Amino acid sequence: MEHRIILAGAGGQGIMLLGKILAEAAMKDNKTVTWLPSYGAEVRGGTANCMVVISEEEIGSPYIDQADSLIIFNQPSFERFGNRLLPGGILLLNASLVEKPAFPKKKIRLIYQPFTDIAMKVGSVKVANIVALGCFLAVVKLVRKETAIEIIRSKAKEVSPQIIELNLKAFEEGFILGQDVK
Amino acid sequence: MKSNNKENCFRKVLMTGNDAIAEGALRAGCRFYAGYPITPQNELTSYMAIHMPEYQGVFIQAESELAAINMVFGASAAGFRAMTSSSSPGISLKQEGISYLAGCELPAVIVNIMRGGPGLGNIAPAQSDYFQATKGGGHGDYHSIVFAPSSVQEAYNLMFAAFYLADKFRTPVMILGDGMLGQMMEPVVLHSAPLEFSENIDKPWALTGCKDRNPNVIRSLYLKEGALEALNERLQKRYQMIEKTQQRFEEDFVNDAQVIVVSYGAMARIVKSVVKKLRQRKLKVGYIRPITLWPFPVKAFNRKKTTVKYLVVEMSYGQMVEDVCLSVPDKKKVYFLGRAGGAIPDTGQITRKIYKLLR
Repeated sequence: MEHRIILAGAGGQGIMLLGKILAEAAMKDNKTVTWLPSYGAEVRGGTANCMVVISEEEIGSPYIDQADSLIIFNQPSFERFGNRLLPGGILLLNASLVEKPAFPKKKIRLIYQPFTDIAMKVGSVKVANIVALGCFLAVVKLVRKETAIEIIRSKAKEVSPQIIELNLKAFEEGFILGQDVK
Repeated sequence: MKSNNKENCFRKVLMTGNDAIAEGALRAGCRFYAGYPITPQNELTSYMAIHMPEYQGVFIQAESELAAINMVFGASAAGFRAMTSSSSPGISLKQEGISYLAGCELPAVIVNIMRGGPGLGNIAPAQSDYFQATKGGGHGDYHSIVFAPSSVQEAYNLMFAAFYLADKFRTPVMILGDGMLGQMMEPVVLHSAPLEFSENIDKPWALTGCKDRNPNVIRSLYLKEGALEALNERLQKRYQMIEKTQQRFEEDFVNDAQVIVVSYGAMARIVKSVVKKLRQRKLKVGYIRPITLWPFPVKAFNRKKTTVKYLVVEMSYGQMVEDVCLSVPDKKKVYFLGRAGGAIPDTGQITRKIYKLLR
């Protein structure tokens, strides 16, 4: 089964990295995967987004019109991408920065959690993306938890051991959260 | 070669198309790169800036596109495997240099990661430079070999063929991608040069310093009566050889197909997924994906059944469709679907058009 995910937020929230970790983990789990960024005249404080397709077979378009999952980190991104979810899809919303939407017309699954606030409690606002990743992977088992942790480790290794710990803690918080909302 | 590259040997890595083209070029022996920034191919230039020194090659960010292509001219004349890259408006600027490369019978690889046009256009993916790439581009009777990869892996693979064939036929070779292919990441296996493209080609014509031998002269100016015609005849003979031996394409489900969809590059990915879906519904649809745009794979259209309809899908308003018309027995059987300026024909549009043609 092909799973198509649109990830969007403000520049600086780690949306591209979140997509990359997801894509690398999928590759490591021997799936086919594409990652497509928004590129070009991006500005600080504007919206940043990327599209990730994970499949067992050859992938056609890396561009996503209607997604199976949306991961949305701020209000402008919700205005832009909120209507691009397939019926039955998953909407992962950052409650810290996005207003709770009115009951949607389409039948969807809303996961509304304060990723930014949780990240601050864990130790840094910067790991909100990793909290969301943990939560998302607990809900949708797209890649193995161990694989995601392995990729986070290798990415954080480039910075420092403390950063590894911080990110793993963030991932675990998110994962537990995701298991609870199931 | 530095250790981090050795580690990558045969490893599967997640890479953008731009990075994969650069890595493929380095492994194919590219030792000179000159470029000038333009979206959506900037990652290619920056990858070269970072990794070219590991191969003791030369990286230059030139002051303009014109300078870059002429630096490539110089490096190639000196016998080095040389490359430049740009996107549509920048490639237009390079056309004079490409024509000179062809006229001087010099090998070079030019990468065009196409964006919307005409003019400065926008930075979205497009396929509107097909005519420019395949019909010459600059002045004079010449062709470049044109490859159109449709995945990041294929973009990497084709770099070996590109540099080898450029040397073998002493001609410019163009890699024609688009913004989508350049920007997207996919898993790539970083293999070494395939055997068929790893033979070392002598360059007795190169300007290497003429101690103990007669001087070589590289030029495209032929004023003596009949001399320019002789050059052109030599080139045409070479082009005929390339057309005979270098046509490449991929096809599937064509044997019993009533409609065959023709597309290339990133567009072909979307077409392929549509065709596969319709096959599951038992519809007689197939696809042809040209990998070389010049020489155009005429061979792929050589079939006895004359009732087959061809649907050409492009991110342009109809360029490759002209070559398809020239390749089929009856051009009334050729149909077209295209959007450009950053728009891409979507699966719904392609599906509806196929249904209409099957009726």
